[in-house]
Amino acid sequence: MTREPVWQPSASQAALKSRAQQLEFVRGFFAQRGVLEVETPVLGRCGVTDVNLDGIHAQVTAGSRTGGWLQTSPEYHMKRLLAAGCGSIYQVSRVFRDGEQGRRHNPEFSMLEWYRTGFDDLALMEEVSDLVCGWLGCQRPVVIQYRDALKHWAGIDPFVATDRELMRRCEQWLEPEQLADLGRDGCLDLLMSFAVEPHLGRDKPMFITGYPASQASLARVSRSHGYETAHRFELYIDGLELCNGYWELTDPKEQRLRFEADNQQRLRSGKREMAPDEAFLAGLEQGLPECSGVALGLDRLLMLKLGAQDISEVLAFPFERA
Amino acid sequence: MASYSTNEFRGGLKVLLDGDPCIILENEFVKPGKGQAFNRVKLRNLMTNRVWERTFKSGESLEAADVIDQDMEYLYTDGEFWHFMLTDGSFEQYPADAKAVGDALKWLKEQDVYTVTLYNGSPLSVTPPNFVELEVVDTDPGMKGDTAQGGSKPATLSTGAVVNVPLFITIGEVLKVDTRSGEYVSRVKSS
Repeated sequence: MTREPVWQPSASQAALKSRAQQLEFVRGFFAQRGVLEVETPVLGRCGVTDVNLDGIHAQVTAGSRTGGWLQTSPEYHMKRLLAAGCGSIYQVSRVFRDGEQGRRHNPEFSMLEWYRTGFDDLALMEEVSDLVCGWLGCQRPVVIQYRDALKHWAGIDPFVATDRELMRRCEQWLEPEQLADLGRDGCLDLLMSFAVEPHLGRDKPMFITGYPASQASLARVSRSHGYETAHRFELYIDGLELCNGYWELTDPKEQRLRFEADNQQRLRSGKREMAPDEAFLAGLEQGLPECSGVALGLDRLLMLKLGAQDISEVLAFPFERA
Repeated sequence: MASYSTNEFRGGLKVLLDGDPCIILENEFVKPGKGQAFNRVKLRNLMTNRVWERTFKSGESLEAADVIDQDMEYLYTDGEFWHFMLTDGSFEQYPADAKAVGDALKWLKEQDVYTVTLYNGSPLSVTPPNFVELEVVDTDPGMKGDTAQGGSKPATLSTGAVVNVPLFITIGEVLKVDTRSGEYVSRVKSS
């Protein structure tokens, strides 16, 4: 099916102008706090092992190397800069995620990612609030535990419920045969997306924190209230997920184990295995300073600023027009 | 038959679900940044016209339904079937049963062109054009001079459809009617 090409941008002039102002605000915010702006590759040699993120493979031939990956996040490169002693850094970059398209997704989007040396997750959450509320003029966020959010809106305790109870709860959305290979975290993601997320941040912005250890990704894990939880936080405003932050894991051995676990899960879901980024792991070996980091979707931040319902309202050319 | 994966889902796509042909009305991609992606899909079952909401895990796929829309001229009815003919010059004819013709029945005029939806080669539904022009065969006598004021009366058209028309409309006039709302639009000037 061929469709007529559209040459016009999908964003209004006002939205394009607001995007420029937002960028100016972000740069001013970090300049004032002495955080260094950096640029790292959009095209890297390695992709990401994360089972739920699909990078876009690039056909590059340069020097003795071929292939490459458009980065799903500047995380690994930025952590190498941290290991090299750059101190606190931020970056505004384009990141790429295959297959992601919808009202809130475009396969290419703008991400603001920053790392603060010496900060724990709580200190960084304060700074995220300063930035987001400074730009949107909104109230400061409340903090809700992941466990409490699921108990309240999905009616299930994510740390206590059995796999069977979780699956049964998901039958509102999926058929039993679809649930068979979804797994515990898949079920929790379903409940988060359909039962919980629409309610988050409706009255005022809301941080969700204390994720199950199985959803720690690159965050450190600790024991609280008798359960292993990740030092990971997300900010929601009007049901929109805006950022994802960690008190960063600095242990290279643990990191390698998580990469291997990711790859095993990838194979189970029929996805290709991804080579772990050895340069990143070598950087961790050298020593990542104690730090917290967060990635924030700038297109979504602009959607909130303008009250846009669709990401195409804030992108000059979303993928279908690119 | 081909199949479509969730990342190919879009409005207008025709797929098989639970054995019935369906058209995707809306497709919403939902994904927590670090989590499993899902597609929340609204589909209309083309057999029953019921609207279904289903959730799919990203990467699942649905079989394509052999459903195509074709322009066809309405020829005649034998009482059991309504016969349509492709307008592409092939003169190929398709009999549509009462279920397929459905509500389009009251707008069927011989030699007019309709959209006939074929499923596995047989008519599944008939859609009239948005506007049709039909002659008034019965209505109360016209009231001359009363063109500006409101007020309406029923008029029966050549196909048997009854629409509300302004008071000044008389028998024999040709009217433009919106088939989606069943409402009178205007008189058609006879050339």
